[in-house]
Amino acid sequence: MTLGLINANPVVQAKKERLVRREDQYRDDGVDPLEIYEYVRDIRDPEHPYTLEQLSVLSEESVTVDEKLDRILIMFTPTIQHCSMANIIGLCLRAKLKECLPLHYKVDIRVSPGSHADEVSVNKQLNDKERVAAALENPNLRQLVDECIYSAEI
Amino acid sequence: MKLMDKNLGLVEVQKLEGHTDRVWNVAWNPAADGVLASCSADKTVRIWEQSSLTRSWTCKAVLEGTHTRTVKSLAWSPSAKLLATASFDGTTCVWENFATDSESVSVLQVHESEVKSVSWNASGSLLATCGRDKSVWIWEVLPENEFDCAAVLTGHSEDVKMVLWHPTMDVLFSCSYDNTVKIWWSEDEYGDYNCVQTLGESNNGHSSTVWSISFNAAGDKMVTCSDDLTVKIWKTDISRMQSGEGYVPWTHVCTLSGFHDRTIYSVHWSRDGVIACGAGDDTIQLFVDSNSDSVDRPSYKLLLKKEKAHEKDVNSVQWAPDKESRLLASGSDDKMVKIWKLASEP
Repeated sequence: MTLGLINANPVVQAKKERLVRREDQYRDDGVDPLEIYEYVRDIRDPEHPYTLEQLSVLSEESVTVDEKLDRILIMFTPTIQHCSMANIIGLCLRAKLKECLPLHYKVDIRVSPGSHADEVSVNKQLNDKERVAAALENPNLRQLVDECIYSAEI
Repeated sequence: MKLMDKNLGLVEVQKLEGHTDRVWNVAWNPAADGVLASCSADKTVRIWEQSSLTRSWTCKAVLEGTHTRTVKSLAWSPSAKLLATASFDGTTCVWENFATDSESVSVLQVHESEVKSVSWNASGSLLATCGRDKSVWIWEVLPENEFDCAAVLTGHSEDVKMVLWHPTMDVLFSCSYDNTVKIWWSEDEYGDYNCVQTLGESNNGHSSTVWSISFNAAGDKMVTCSDDLTVKIWKTDISRMQSGEGYVPWTHVCTLSGFHDRTIYSVHWSRDGVIACGAGDDTIQLFVDSNSDSVDRPSYKLLLKKEKAHEKDVNSVQWAPDKESRLLASGSDDKMVKIWKLASEP
């Protein structure tokens, strides 16, 4: 771990109000992108004591669902172009969704286009499931990921 | 090709339950009919045997307590006396007399990170391993389950996903997250292996991670599959190489694309020419050369597509080694191993 923070001065948004959802906004048979967003918006950033939503890393537009193929795409925006936490954020997203989602959904995670200097290589690593699995077996990484995904419950 | 004319289907024979996490690989015992091994993220290897009475498979042994992390890959030695396993814990284990009182395990600990694959050469005299540390290791197999390092091959610029020895010659193939397939060969008997060819994008190679390699029975064709959603066929003039002419390069024959829409994790070529693919779209697809009976150029066609072969990603497919059974084993993220039979539909 580096000693200094990668991004020492993040821009922090106020916590967004939780909308009260009307019943008819939910699809009976599918997964609502906003439902998925609820699972991930409060994941804590690995570096700063704020949620990914507060740092604008995630927003409601981050999640899209292909209802026909049961595939979910999450695009997130690292706070800076050379963010080395991008892979950790990706792992946190996967770890959290693994707990919450119906199992057959395929999840693809990418950085928003143009938001990272190594966009292609970050996206490749985020979507190599063997690399993701091995990383989540690493006790140090797993501990960091758990701290980020469970912090909202503390 | 006769196969294309029949009304063939991939019939599920049995679902083998037992693993408690995703199944990464399956491997048939090359010396005994009806015996299959599988390995999993649950850190164990299971050996399944077909009963001669009931014809159904049951789990005969669970190899556990040795690997401390996911077991990614496994390979039987040609005599089936030894079973090698590759694990994310960084070790390669070679098991002898497993699941008996005289079980012994040799532990090879050299890789700096996860070991992804292990392969025996045709004679069982050499073992190869590879891993995320980008290296490929070759070991000489000595008596008493001892191993001597014969070569450490560097050259891949990223995680090496699989290693596989050629079926008839001591030529080693590796495929990687760096999108290439590398071919390693030793010109002389002193065992100095060098990378004699790299199949990359510039020679019609894959444009993303290459996950798996398989050879046809004759060893003159090879198939590779990738995260780029394609399957590629390659060929060489193996008889020239076998007659001592030196290294004969592999060339691209064709690319099969548009069939899978998620990463293709595994490919295996059967003894009677059927290519099976397992992918992240939960399907198993079979391809054959529709011109194999003629002198025309090969023309690979989809023989059949099995939708929802598993509930989740298919990580591994392997044909049984015998010539008649047309059995296929598959392993998946859904924790299941399945046995299939390629047979005429009623």
